[in-house]
Amino acid sequence: MDAPLRLIASNPLDQLARTLEALLVVASSPLSVQELADAADDDSERVEAALGLVRERYAEGRSGIVLEHVAGGWAFRSAREAAQACARLFEKPAQRNLSQAALETLAIVAYLGPCSRPDVARIRGVSADSAVANLVERGLIAESGRDDAAGGAIRYRTTPLFERVFGLESLSQLPRLDDVGADAEQIRERLHEVAEKRTA
Amino acid sequence: MIVRELELDLDAFEGPFDLLLTLVLKDELDLREVDVAGIVLAFIERLAARDELDLESCGEFLVLISALLELKARGLFPEEAAELAELEPEAAAEELARRLAEYRRMKNAAAWLRERLETEGARFFRLGPAPLAPKVETPLGPQEPERLAQVIRMLAVEPPQVSLAHMALRFPPVTQFLERFRSVLRRRSRFDFDQEVRELPRIEQAVAFLALLELRRSGEITIEQPAPFAPIRIARAGKDNRDEDERTTAWTLRSA
Repeated sequence: MDAPLRLIASNPLDQLARTLEALLVVASSPLSVQELADAADDDSERVEAALGLVRERYAEGRSGIVLEHVAGGWAFRSAREAAQACARLFEKPAQRNLSQAALETLAIVAYLGPCSRPDVARIRGVSADSAVANLVERGLIAESGRDDAAGGAIRYRTTPLFERVFGLESLSQLPRLDDVGADAEQIRERLHEVAEKRTA
Repeated sequence: MIVRELELDLDAFEGPFDLLLTLVLKDELDLREVDVAGIVLAFIERLAARDELDLESCGEFLVLISALLELKARGLFPEEAAELAELEPEAAAEELARRLAEYRRMKNAAAWLRERLETEGARFFRLGPAPLAPKVETPLGPQEPERLAQVIRMLAVEPPQVSLAHMALRFPPVTQFLERFRSVLRRRSRFDFDQEVRELPRIEQAVAFLALLELRRSGEITIEQPAPFAPIRIARAGKDNRDEDERTTAWTLRSA
């Protein structure tokens, strides 16, 4: 019993790691290394090293609380094995019943954002007003300036909540969208056929 | 109902429909910012407020609103209108294919997001508003306790008594004026009502007027007023003064 305790206590970063745990348990959104360093009054490198320690302690399968790197920061979340119990008690309002239209709009904003409602409408071919309003209400996207063009439509980008809900460290973690290949070729050919008929 | 005068209260514009049209045609208002559905709602509300269906207004409105919608639609896709109109069929097909491919990519991305939602659904985390930054306190300058007392004293004064005089109006009895007018008529055959009551407060003037009507009803006097708001002239009824005297006497006796 004594030995492991002494082992932890002997780590020079242990004190800092405990402070980080405290900060993270109080936080309601991910904290960046800089924020943690400022609050703990320590330097970023030591904080990162200490975070490694905390992450080891709060790892999936080891603890009911898991430390994850998400939305550009660090945050505690529940372990996956406790998901059912959590679901019985807690709601997930941001992601419940996301419609196809909302998901497509979300994808467009995530990949091309910041972009305006007309931008979304151009790609989807239908008005994006209600889908955008719905996503704003859920807090998955937010306003981010205006178009430079006349009229200056409001532009939107995804929020840190989006990254958190989808478990992304940042938007760069979104998969690359390769061309759809065969499908697109087929469409192109058929359109060309139609075009030839019209010119004939 | 005149469609052009339809009052609008939209985010981008407030005023009559007619002005909105003018501003849009002059390019002073960006149609893309205008909520056309809001205009339609305003019109329908206006229509519902009236019982009858005004077909002419409806027709006019339809024409105007559809023109507005077309303008807006074109405004939303400015380059497209120019691009697609000038494109050769082949190039147009190419362009369309490009757009369809773009949409396909986004559809795939949406599918990925949905999948991700399922795999990441087992993660629960705490959500809350952003923590409040510590409030900056603005310290007050040094204060004199005496000044504070002064201000409190100012505020602590007994509030002025509100006059309730108007709550209980005292009406003099109508009979008082009946007597008064009769005695006047005994001395003079005619008099001017306004002159007679000029000195009285307003409420008593009203009672005096009631007395006047009472006397007219019993046929004791005649009332003349050449025009609205002109002076009211009162005269003893009947040419025969003796008759009048008798009647007065009779009345006096009766009342005695």
